[in-house]
Amino acid sequence: MDHECARLLPAVCAVLADPRQPVADDTCLEKLLDWFKTVTEAESSLLLLQENPCLLELLSHVPTLQDVSAGVLSFSLRLAGIFAAQEDCFQYLQVELLPGLFGAAGPLSRAVWAVPTVRSGWIQGLRSLAQHPSALHFLADHGAVDTVFSLQGDASLFVASAAGQLLVHILALSMGGRAEGHTCPQGDDWPTCAQKIVGHIEESLCSTDTSRVTQALNVLTTTFGRCQSPWTEVLWEQLSPLVARLLERDPVPAPHPLVDLLLCVARSPVLGSSDLGPWEMTAQALSRLGPTQAGPLALGVLKLHLCPQALRTQAFGVLLQPLACVLKATTQAPGLPGLLDGTSEDSVVADALLSSKSSCVGLLCRTLAHLEELQPLPQHPSPWPQVPLLRAVVTILRLCDGSAVPASSVGGCLCGTLAGCVRVQRAALDFLGTLSQGMGPQEQVTQVFAILLEYLERPDSSPMVLKKAFQATLRWLLSSARTPGCSGLGPHAVLFLPELFPVLQKRLCSPCWEVRDSALEFLTQLSRHWGGQADFRHVLLESEVPELTQQLLQDPESYVRASAVTAMGELSSRGLHATPTSPEQPEVQQSLLPEFLHILSADSEGFPRRAVMQVFTEWLRGGHADVARDTERFMATVLQVVSRDLDWEVRAQGLELALVFLGQTLGQPGPHCPYTVTLPKAAPPSPLTEVLGALCRVRLFEFAFRALFDCDRPVAQKSCDLLLFLRDKTAPYGSPWEAGGSPDSASVEAALQRWQAGEQGQPLGDLEPEAMLATLRSIDLEGLRGTLAQGSDHVEKSPQSLLRDMLATVGILQENQADCY
Amino acid sequence: MQCAQIQINHDYVGLRTRHDFHPQFPSFATCSKELKECSGHVFVDSVPEFCLPETELIDLSTVDVILISNYHCMMALPYITEHTGFSGTVYATEPTVQIGRLLMEELVNFIERVPKAQSASLWKNKDIQRLLPSPLKDAVEVSTWRRCYTMQEVNSALSKIQLVGYSQKIELFGAVQVTPLSSGYALGSSNWIIQSHYEKVSYVSGSSLLTTHPQPMDQASLKNSDVLVLTGLTQIPTANPDGMVGEFCSNLALTVRNGGNVLVPCYPSGVIYDLLECLYQYIDSAGLSSVPLYFISPVANSSLEFSQIFAEWLCHNKQSKVYLPEPPFPHAELIQTNKLKHYPSIHGDFSNDFRQPCVVFTGHPSLRFGDVVHFMELWGKSSLNTVIFTEPDFSYLEALAPYQPLAMKCIYCPIDTRLNFIQVSKLLKEVQPLHVVCPEQYTQPPPAQSHRTDLVIDCQPPATSYRRAEVLTLPFKRRYERIEIMPELADSLVPMEIKPGISLATVSAVLHTKDNKHVLQPPPRPAQPTSGKKRKRVSDDVPDCKVLKPLLSGSIPVEQFVQTLEKHGFSDIKVEDTAKGHIVLLQEAETLIQIEEDSTHIICDNDEMLRVRLRDLVLKFLQKF
Repeated sequence: MDHECARLLPAVCAVLADPRQPVADDTCLEKLLDWFKTVTEAESSLLLLQENPCLLELLSHVPTLQDVSAGVLSFSLRLAGIFAAQEDCFQYLQVELLPGLFGAAGPLSRAVWAVPTVRSGWIQGLRSLAQHPSALHFLADHGAVDTVFSLQGDASLFVASAAGQLLVHILALSMGGRAEGHTCPQGDDWPTCAQKIVGHIEESLCSTDTSRVTQALNVLTTTFGRCQSPWTEVLWEQLSPLVARLLERDPVPAPHPLVDLLLCVARSPVLGSSDLGPWEMTAQALSRLGPTQAGPLALGVLKLHLCPQALRTQAFGVLLQPLACVLKATTQAPGLPGLLDGTSEDSVVADALLSSKSSCVGLLCRTLAHLEELQPLPQHPSPWPQVPLLRAVVTILRLCDGSAVPASSVGGCLCGTLAGCVRVQRAALDFLGTLSQGMGPQEQVTQVFAILLEYLERPDSSPMVLKKAFQATLRWLLSSARTPGCSGLGPHAVLFLPELFPVLQKRLCSPCWEVRDSALEFLTQLSRHWGGQADFRHVLLESEVPELTQQLLQDPESYVRASAVTAMGELSSRGLHATPTSPEQPEVQQSLLPEFLHILSADSEGFPRRAVMQVFTEWLRGGHADVARDTERFMATVLQVVSRDLDWEVRAQGLELALVFLGQTLGQPGPHCPYTVTLPKAAPPSPLTEVLGALCRVRLFEFAFRALFDCDRPVAQKSCDLLLFLRDKTAPYGSPWEAGGSPDSASVEAALQRWQAGEQGQPLGDLEPEAMLATLRSIDLEGLRGTLAQGSDHVEKSPQSLLRDMLATVGILQENQADCY
Repeated sequence: MQCAQIQINHDYVGLRTRHDFHPQFPSFATCSKELKECSGHVFVDSVPEFCLPETELIDLSTVDVILISNYHCMMALPYITEHTGFSGTVYATEPTVQIGRLLMEELVNFIERVPKAQSASLWKNKDIQRLLPSPLKDAVEVSTWRRCYTMQEVNSALSKIQLVGYSQKIELFGAVQVTPLSSGYALGSSNWIIQSHYEKVSYVSGSSLLTTHPQPMDQASLKNSDVLVLTGLTQIPTANPDGMVGEFCSNLALTVRNGGNVLVPCYPSGVIYDLLECLYQYIDSAGLSSVPLYFISPVANSSLEFSQIFAEWLCHNKQSKVYLPEPPFPHAELIQTNKLKHYPSIHGDFSNDFRQPCVVFTGHPSLRFGDVVHFMELWGKSSLNTVIFTEPDFSYLEALAPYQPLAMKCIYCPIDTRLNFIQVSKLLKEVQPLHVVCPEQYTQPPPAQSHRTDLVIDCQPPATSYRRAEVLTLPFKRRYERIEIMPELADSLVPMEIKPGISLATVSAVLHTKDNKHVLQPPPRPAQPTSGKKRKRVSDDVPDCKVLKPLLSGSIPVEQFVQTLEKHGFSDIKVEDTAKGHIVLLQEAETLIQIEEDSTHIICDNDEMLRVRLRDLVLKFLQKF
């Protein structure tokens, strides 16, 4: 602890110990605790207490106060715990102070115990001090473990959860000495404290009170999740019969914590691979639990890397049950053999689907989400039932739009429940998109494209459902293109696109802006992937999509304008963007550059301007004709407009554009990996003088220097990086003007100083490249980068500042009190 | 007592002018002048005729009151008020009457513009009609179809309407009270509460929970209904109005961008206000601000202006605009900026101003008469043009049939803002009527979508359904009537507590009943001996009244009664139990006292003294009022 803090500490302690001076802001107590934690990690707690007796006074005084605030008492409990974590300090404190704080005579017996913060502080204090065997004796002597047991059922969820965590910690601590190497003793030989906790867990597991069972299961889940020592194996051996008995009860109590425990045990390297593995119990749970609880368990099992095949098959069956039920309810003819053949009978699942709309929707959404999560995993079940899954998801989508024909009363009921259900539609479209990875038979892919088109066409599709339909369509088009032997668009896509574009046209005209936005995003993606394909180009140019997109550059909604800019930028890069300007020159496209520059300088919203900058950056990278025609002019115009922009992201994007320009004129920025083999540097494409002249002409220096003192830190950082890159690139060449003596950079530096002082208005004026270069070399860019890397609150975050703030706040509060009189 | 009958008029006037049937019809020659063929279909060529409301089941001359729910439901009113002997009162809100008048005026105008001398009647011969193909052969009561009414009849019918405001209580002959409530569907549209003192029936028709221009639906007042009669749900339950408006705008924009024209066959009031509002926001964003919108109807001007003056009948947002002051509907601005122009017909100014591409709103949505016919013929041949159907009342395929073959694009976006089945379920959960009564169609899925079990009314207990021309007895009985007591009579009452919380008092009064109101008045004073010469005053002219005997209550304990008799010297008393009570036999006096739960009889032989003695002994055991 530094001298200044040590000087301020007594006053702060006096404030805290004085109930007449309430601490208004609890967060400063939290910060204070964080600071003490940092200090005690570096120094001896005992020494700290001895050097700062005010701390000990505070800790001994607070518990004795009658009208102490709950926040300060909780703080003291936690602080004492932090100090007592070191064994020598614990010994020092345990005689008087610790019993007064954590023993029966402490806050436990007082009215203030009713405040959850105090109970929480008590638990956290104990959690901190329980780091050494001496602490265990302390806990045993003062009956703390019994109190923790009772706090497991506390009304405050935070306190209850912390109590459970503390029990796990104490159990692990008491078993700690036995973890290494030796044969693990049986439960009877365990330390008393551990036996007591285990006994409590056993009792809870046998209880008929579900909340007690839940507490016990949670403690076990945390224990097995955190501790991988051999003693956990003995613990599981001892307790697993009790857990298994829970599965025999009807209904199974606390199903969710039970699933968590089983999965935790299955994942544990100690337990999962042992003979005592939870497989049998998991299998039993899969068959005993209802579909809502069994689904997450099944997913968890299928995600395991090591697991008996029979269990995986069972779990997959459980996961697929709701879909099997849907297929059965809507299929006249028998399905394909396998898990989703529509013949399996599970009345529990059917009941869950039919009991209520929310239950049906919830179960289907969860099932679809689980399968979506499972599909991309390498350990997903194999063979993957792609065909029936596709059939099931298409059926669900048809049930949702009312076009499915039910084959039974269950189907009729599902039809009524799911019609128009947006949640299920979204989940089903997401999953359908994921299934594109596996494709399917020709006929089924056609069905998929048909249902996607139906959803894109339906006037009733909600904007969110449409977005999902667009996303799924894109994924299927991409997969179709990956068909073996297929170059470019796949066979389905070629047939699908002519039907898709009229729909896209209609969606671009939608009065709902979300729909127009999604349609534009979809168009951008399509063009990005197939802008070069003749079939795609033909269909696109035949349609009115390019004109409609251009029209949307004037959309009243800024998000749509931004998406239209991106889409037009992409179309333009591919030569697809607009109608011929004149009948005589049908091939010449009208340049979008002036329109984009207008948006950049005139649009009142940030999103379209950011989008323009991104497009410009892409155009510069890709050598777009409009840019390449006169790059210097383009850069000069854009940088001039951007430097005045009020949106920092636009200015940052301007620096990105400048960096690309520099890369093209000076060579690409190299990777910063220290182990990269340094290749001989390629000479810049033009002599340095010429390059620097160009940079001056486009006013890149002025733009970057101005950005260096930008009030938004990310812009300044980016500018710093850019200038560093520029300085490094120009360094090997020395100064081209060395012979002529030092250039006059004084005026530039003076301007920079003014900018730094906040006078941004003054321009730099026309200056020579040598002055710029000299200025660049004179700025301490590394130092600046270091400063910028620090948080803007680095000064305020210091402990001195915290202590001063606390004292100042109290002063203000006192003044206010005085005002009241 | 007068008996009130209430006829709620919710039937639409059906248009039955041209129907398809096949040319192979054997008696083709007999009525060949009435038939025209078009693209393989044959149509009846006639002056438009209209199907009237049911008149056989109920004698409209005996109907006392007609309640009109909204302006779409009153198109048959002149037929009822002018030709059936109806002499009752019609109740409706002001916007309903005004806009209803516009709709009728437009209809009459459209039909009178192209007069035809003859109505087709030969095909109506039953022997011929039964041979016709569907739907012509299934048309019911074709002989009752009538030509359109005249403006004179319209005016006469409307003059019989009494205007009412929302929540206004209207007494009907003292028997019931009716109250219109906002139904949220159209300007001035109403649901009705019909209630007596102890019973409440709600009639819900043409209601909407969507936020459109009319005042929101008043749901709260429908609570505590004994019966809720539910009708007028959306005709297109699977089409969401929002989606349809989106579809309308998108198709409109695509057509106009391509240089095509858009034709919207519509009524001159109602959804058109919402469409214009939607286009007001949309056309600028879609870059269509230079495209003219034309609204052509004989009542276009009145419709647009009326909508702006019914501020109190509008939704809250529009109401608040009036105080700014701003016109509540944005079509005022469209007119001001010349984006929307309205004309009474295609002749005159319109022909000078007309420029294409454009959007035309005009009637009639059946496509059988009105200016829409001209536009169908003008634009039907070009595939650049589009006709967008937004009114749900007519099958667009039937409407288009006589124009085939047609090159123009046809888009069907029916916009029906009335309640759908999900909204009805929510409404019924909220309102919780004891019984729901609705047409049979609402209790089973539509025939074309029999699997859509969601498209039915879902309520507990299940709704009672009815079919056309079925007479239902509503599932409640009138058990009580409210009687008022005059204050002076009430003052004279002396209640006696017979049980904790229950007091009784005897009332002697005259029950005065008039117009279903019952009043207890003080009894007339005993007749004073008249002075003979004095002239009798009118107020004294009340029926004479006998001296009132007290009322008795209580029961006679037989054992104690016997003991009393013995005390009073009666001997040889025998008591017999009977099914209803006891018989006390005084054998010596040859007298019988029959004691039952609610009566006591003393039967003795001409010994009045004995009877009076015994009576007095009996009375000792009873309380008197």
